[in-house]
Amino acid sequence: MPKVSMTVNGKAVSAEAEGRTLLSSYLREGLGLTGTHVGCDTSQCGACVVHVDGKAVKSCTMFAAEAEGAEVTTIEGMAAPDGTLNAIQQAFQDHHGLQCGFCTPGMVMSAAALLEENPTPTEAEVRHYLEGNICRCTGYHNIVKAILAASGQDVSGIAAE
Amino acid sequence: MPKDGGIGASTKRREDVRFLTGQGNYTDDINIAGQAYVHFLRSDMAHGRINAIDTAAAAAMPGVVRIFTGADFEGIGGLPCGWQVTDRFGEPMQEPAHPVLAQGKVRHVGDPIAAVVAETPEQARDAAEAIVVDITELPAVVDMRAALAEGATKVHDDLKSNLCYDWGFVEDNREAVDAAIKGAHHVTTLELVNNRLVANPMEPRVAVGDYNRATDEHTLYTTSQNPHVIRLLMGAFVLGIPEHKLRVVAPDVGGGFGSKIFHYAEEAFCTFAAKACNRPVKWTASRSEAFITDAHGRDHVTKIELALDEEGNFLALRTETLANMGAYLSTFAPSVPTWLHGTLMAGNYKTPLIYVNVKAVFTNTVPVDAYRGAGRPEATYQLERVIDKAARELGMDPIALRRKNFVTEFPYATPVAVEYDTGDYVATMDKLEEIADIAGFADRWEKSQDDGKLRGLGVNCYIEACGIAPSNLVGQLGARAGLYDAATVRVNATGSISVMVGAHSHGQGHETSFPQVVAEMIGIDPSQVEIVHGDSSKIPFGMGTYGSRSIAVCGSAMVRATEKIINKAKKIAAHLMEASEADIELKDGQFTVAGTDKSVAWGDVTLAAYVPHNYPLEEIEPGLEETAFYDPANFTYPAGAYACEVEVDPETGKVTICSFAAADDFGNIINPMIVDGQVHGGIGQGIGQALLENAVYDENGQLLSGSYMDYAMPRADDVPFYVVDHSCQTPCTHNPLGVKGCGEAGAIGSPPAVVNAVIDALQRAGKDVSHIDMPLTPARVWAAMNG
Repeated sequence: MPKVSMTVNGKAVSAEAEGRTLLSSYLREGLGLTGTHVGCDTSQCGACVVHVDGKAVKSCTMFAAEAEGAEVTTIEGMAAPDGTLNAIQQAFQDHHGLQCGFCTPGMVMSAAALLEENPTPTEAEVRHYLEGNICRCTGYHNIVKAILAASGQDVSGIAAE
Repeated sequence: MPKDGGIGASTKRREDVRFLTGQGNYTDDINIAGQAYVHFLRSDMAHGRINAIDTAAAAAMPGVVRIFTGADFEGIGGLPCGWQVTDRFGEPMQEPAHPVLAQGKVRHVGDPIAAVVAETPEQARDAAEAIVVDITELPAVVDMRAALAEGATKVHDDLKSNLCYDWGFVEDNREAVDAAIKGAHHVTTLELVNNRLVANPMEPRVAVGDYNRATDEHTLYTTSQNPHVIRLLMGAFVLGIPEHKLRVVAPDVGGGFGSKIFHYAEEAFCTFAAKACNRPVKWTASRSEAFITDAHGRDHVTKIELALDEEGNFLALRTETLANMGAYLSTFAPSVPTWLHGTLMAGNYKTPLIYVNVKAVFTNTVPVDAYRGAGRPEATYQLERVIDKAARELGMDPIALRRKNFVTEFPYATPVAVEYDTGDYVATMDKLEEIADIAGFADRWEKSQDDGKLRGLGVNCYIEACGIAPSNLVGQLGARAGLYDAATVRVNATGSISVMVGAHSHGQGHETSFPQVVAEMIGIDPSQVEIVHGDSSKIPFGMGTYGSRSIAVCGSAMVRATEKIINKAKKIAAHLMEASEADIELKDGQFTVAGTDKSVAWGDVTLAAYVPHNYPLEEIEPGLEETAFYDPANFTYPAGAYACEVEVDPETGKVTICSFAAADDFGNIINPMIVDGQVHGGIGQGIGQALLENAVYDENGQLLSGSYMDYAMPRADDVPFYVVDHSCQTPCTHNPLGVKGCGEAGAIGSPPAVVNAVIDALQRAGKDVSHIDMPLTPARVWAAMNG
């Protein structure tokens, strides 16, 4: 089986992958980075979102081989080396933006990509951007709130804490 | 104000850190050295007779370890049903066998025919494609009325018919209800469908079976809401493994919503195959597989009639429901349309006479069982829709009609066998009118009108029976299990505490909220308390999490166990301070002798318990660990009032949710932030049911909405911010925390609000539309407007 090499969370990595191996499987089974989740088989749910060369990508939609040589960031690479949560992660905790936690890695990765593109999105822009990320627990209320808060906007007027 | 981290504080969740950093430990994250992978060959037809299965070519494929078929499970128990309903003639329900792998027939698309165990998932899948199944397709029974027709094809050849049961409740009321309806001033009738849903927790189901030949011990890692229920059902009824040789672990579980209560074939298979192959066996469902194997929810067809007098007083209520069971009886399926549905038909109202008839029907579809709310959403939806229709027919304000009929005195014994201990429906409606700004609706309607949109307001109430349930009561009603829960409080020598609980947290935040209770009782920091759950080898025999029961039942067990701890600790403290036990007080983690300045710290006492040098050994044992089992005296009755405002686009029929407000009474609350989150999520699912979601079968029994391409899950831009309030609190009178439970309320209370709002919008626009069945898709709304 050929080896596929890339940089994941700043570290050079290499693991065996068949031609049909998806990037999500490569990360989970090949590298043991199980923070990237697989919630569907039609590229709808977004639990598997990672960043590939700075762009949010559903890792179930890309072959591992296509990421040869790429810079990949997964949820495991989002907190500081000492474990301090980044602003988005911290906002998710502060505003109860997660319940079961399964969609959360994808939500955080999508939110990071959104705020990179659009540092102060409106509520509507956040909701629209998250169309490709399904959450079944939160009704999205606290996810949207957390992302607005992470962007530095005042969310105190949004009902219910 | 609540103290930091105690009862009533919106403590941030400690479990979030691992979920936010990718360090969760979900079942699919578990890999055991040497594990093989299973792929199930599933029926692609809804109904068929298996003539032969040829596995020879498949068995020769690369990497195949072993292939199993139904023949390998002959003589092994089928999947048991945990609830036996007795029909209105006193006869037990018809109860078909449910084999682990199909034997003789397949009965729904997705029914497992064979299972391939191989070295890799890809090899298992490839080999499964090489299995040749000779199968004769039989006519599929899909529609419930057709299933009950004379001469219908039978889903189960050995049963009398496709009727599982014909249940009447309360049967003795039947004639009185008929007479009251016949003689009433006004009767409002509504026929409606409660659409079939797929629970769709974001984590698909996974099972990993492991077997240790040296010790004869089995371990099953599984995506379950209740590991002990699985251990009992699978160990005792399917595989015959004694409990002490069977460990069931449900680690981090990515949502359940009911669908992970039940014992599934894949769990039994992986446990069985791990021993048969003498190596770990792992199965991970694809989402497509989840759609055709996870138990579905709802799927009722109902006719409801409400009789009223001239003043709008409710006189009698009669319902007839067909409830789809699917092809087999899932674990708790028979209880959902009966005891979890009929008993709620009084709602928040003092209707004196009620009769509920339910016919449960077998069809060639995926089994149907509890989904968030389970029976109570079905009851609430039909009741709150018929009340709304009655108000419109009588020219009354829907809120005023509800208020007129509210139960106002408690305890209140309904005519459907339950007794509400507390509630204040006037208060929640008052609160709703305030937070939803009902008075301002007319202005908002004008504005929408100016924008060319049809605005509508929908209001409804709900009540639910939670904290399931008194074991002796549910035993009489057919439950084949007790429904207590259990907690062990283990105080460590230095004073930190591990609490092992029977409840399972799969999003509910128990790891944060449960310690708030123990910390408050003892007066220590919550960081000193950890919750252990999900592993049958670590926790006492509790029944798990469903029916909004965790804090009401397991939380009560935890309180009782903590009380035992405190009582014992006081004895030790009395010894240490040479005082009378009766004079010992515990506050803020300090034991004091009343009226003196003597004190010892919590940690001094716990240390003495484990280093008993100066200790009353002749009176009490060393150590500080207590277990309590708690069996509730009654259900709890959360209730509330919900309001939804919508805009309907007259050109397209598209419904937009403009606002959604919820005023709930959950009794006392441990962590308001978590409670808000539970309500938000329930509302999101309820809006999904009302506008988007539908599990649709064609006439051949093919699931047409079997993926996220077709099954419309609510997404972030389908919903607004919600306004939720739970300041109305009438504490439960029969559990020590006064809590009622909050997990299902949102999903129960929200669908009628949405539908009532759309009907309101259309009627205000002069359309003669009194009902549209869920989901209210643009096509359905447009057709109704233009029909």
